[in-house]
Amino acid sequence: MNTVKLAASALAMAAAASAADARDQIQIAGSSTVLPYATIVAEAFGENFDFPTPVVEGGGSGAGRKKLCEGVGENTIDIANSSSRIKQSDIDLCSSNGVAEIMEVRIGYDGIVFASDINGPEFAYSPADWFSALAAEVVKDGAIVANPNKTWSDVNGDLPAQDILAFIPGTKHGTREVFDEKVILAGCEETGAFEAFKTAAGGDEDVAEEKCMALRTDGVSVDIDGDYTETLARIDANKNAIGVFGLSFYQNNTDKLRVATMNGVVPTTESIAAGDYPVSRPLFFYVKKAHLGVIPGLQEYIDFFVSDDMAGPDGPLAAYGLVSDPELAKTQEMVASGTPMAPLN
Amino acid sequence: MTDATANQNPAHGALTTTDARTRRRNAAEARFRLYGQIAIAIGIAALILLLTSVLSNGLSSFRQTFLFLEVTLDEKTLDKSGVRDVEVMKKVTTIGYGKLIEKSLQSAIEEHGITVEGLTDKDVSDMISKEAAALVRNKVLANPDLVGQTVPVKVLANGRIDGYLKGRVTMESAERDSNVSPNQLLLADAMRAEGLLVKSFNWGFITGADASELRPEAAGLGIAIIGSAYMMIVVLFLALPIGVAASIYLEEFAPKNRFTDLIEVNIANLAAVPSIVFGILGLAIFINVAGLPQSAPIVGGLVLTLMTLPTIIISTRAALKAVPPSIRDAALGVGASKMQSIMHHVLPLAMPGILTGTIIGLAQALGETAPLLLIGMVAFVRDFPAAPPEGFFDPAAALPVQVYNWTQRADPAFVERASGAIIVLLIFLLAMNAIAIFLRRKFERRW
Repeated sequence: MNTVKLAASALAMAAAASAADARDQIQIAGSSTVLPYATIVAEAFGENFDFPTPVVEGGGSGAGRKKLCEGVGENTIDIANSSSRIKQSDIDLCSSNGVAEIMEVRIGYDGIVFASDINGPEFAYSPADWFSALAAEVVKDGAIVANPNKTWSDVNGDLPAQDILAFIPGTKHGTREVFDEKVILAGCEETGAFEAFKTAAGGDEDVAEEKCMALRTDGVSVDIDGDYTETLARIDANKNAIGVFGLSFYQNNTDKLRVATMNGVVPTTESIAAGDYPVSRPLFFYVKKAHLGVIPGLQEYIDFFVSDDMAGPDGPLAAYGLVSDPELAKTQEMVASGTPMAPLN
Repeated sequence: MTDATANQNPAHGALTTTDARTRRRNAAEARFRLYGQIAIAIGIAALILLLTSVLSNGLSSFRQTFLFLEVTLDEKTLDKSGVRDVEVMKKVTTIGYGKLIEKSLQSAIEEHGITVEGLTDKDVSDMISKEAAALVRNKVLANPDLVGQTVPVKVLANGRIDGYLKGRVTMESAERDSNVSPNQLLLADAMRAEGLLVKSFNWGFITGADASELRPEAAGLGIAIIGSAYMMIVVLFLALPIGVAASIYLEEFAPKNRFTDLIEVNIANLAAVPSIVFGILGLAIFINVAGLPQSAPIVGGLVLTLMTLPTIIISTRAALKAVPPSIRDAALGVGASKMQSIMHHVLPLAMPGILTGTIIGLAQALGETAPLLLIGMVAFVRDFPAAPPEGFFDPAAALPVQVYNWTQRADPAFVERASGAIIVLLIFLLAMNAIAIFLRRKFERRW
């Protein structure tokens, strides 16, 4: 019967899958922050080399690293993009699945900036201000109390008397992790609240950290689960608000946003590269070493990614908003010699 | 008796006069009609709103701004050795070609006597899409003899310049925009007057590959259309035979017992399972266990087959049921076997219904996004998949996923392209539904 033939040929086709020829394109997955940079490099790589254009997928840093650690072989990805450093749990997963050596490649830095409406007042923050403004509980006169601050001037007399309203990235964003750690937690320690929480918790540091990072739920701090365009739209509608943005996004919207300083430092590519601006994070990708030499073009791709033509200060990645790594030459050398990453300290 | 007489003479008078009760009933009916009309009006308004927003955003993506340039393919830059060896010439990257195109643009501006104050060389070269260099490079590598000549090329203009011609970028917004300056827009105006800058139909949008965020002007739907087509082929070739075989057995041969009842209930339930569940299943079985490649149309097709099967089975069974028993009885009566009666008589008569159901199932599968996100179809793919059957295993995108992908990009030029992709998807869906309606009208028999 005709249908039988069709079904048989379809089954044969599916069976051919297991015998499909070796994968010839690089497969990459991971952070959506790194995704635009990776696609820019992949595109240029496909144009200029004889290898096929790598296939780049988003999905988030954690998911990408997990996929990288699924094992060795053509059905697993070659590179995981990540906007945060690999965790020991990932490395353990990797080694339990036979992924012994991973190369860690730092491609540059991403700054996180605080910006408000262009026509509003100027803000000069410190992490302590943000902690005191947004934490659920703060220390007042030696006692732990629910956050009573209503305006920024309540938090710090030097700040304008504007109602506190902050649009911060939702918990699904990698940016939130950096915000929690480098702003809220740093501020918690600065104000001495950390010590107070620790004493109250009987010396348990984990509980204290958790209390530090617990934010107010009275509508003053608003989680934005969408992207920066949503944050911008919210600020447009609510001129009193302060938003958290990526540096590249701010630089493309200098006509609408006024950026705040942090510890007196204006966020620029230079101040982030120099390490003066405190709220920044390195961006990475992780390469499965076992795939080098197996997947054609993998070594060429990673060499190309960190080359001055791409990741250098005048390259297309910097043009899109990446803060170029001052130690790029070291990374290039490391990539060329194929040095696997050392154990996490 | 008095009761009956009373009933025969109801309270109200003649039929021509309306009493309060009749008026109430009439009013209730009028209200009910009004509710229906309001419901339809809301539906139409929503449809018009959707279509106008999609069309107004998306139609502009079918036209694109191009630059007409005479590029001198300098031998010194492109082939120092002079032997026209393609392998050696490949060493010259798009950066080298980009410089040649920049030079040709600058000389074209001089030739036409265009002067705009305050423009740096970089401002001028930023008018050209980054895609242009790749285009010229591929052209030269395909035909090395072009080196040394001056060839006319049609290259894409930068996305912001394109946006200016389409009204998305204005002088006011350019002043505040760090990616484009008002001077560049003045230059664009001058070039347009000289015929260097022209807006024309954008075939690249339909046939081209996706592009990165640095060159939204080059992004196209080609790979997504091919990927979707491959998946539909897989679905058609798997779901139709399996679905039809299953329904014929269930409808004509299977004994009616608790077990077949159970199967029937399960098929009906399967049709209501959220599609994302099939995606999770596909990831677990087809990729992790069977070892099929990621981002490949074959996996997408298999997942969508699972999703479409219940739709096809349910509609096929309905079509088989609609064939009157007299046909079967007559066939059996003249001595046909049961299989002959089904294959020769029942199935051909049920075919229009089966095909309609299949096409509607395919249309549903074409627009499905959620399960594809899980099996890697959301990836950035630049290389076209090979011809089938190998192409089924190459990475590809899919139309609805491309829409999802583009709405997440930062550059405003992608908004227009996402809407353009929706228009293309809607055209495909409309065409499929039109075919289904045509088949039904043409071949359907009423008993």
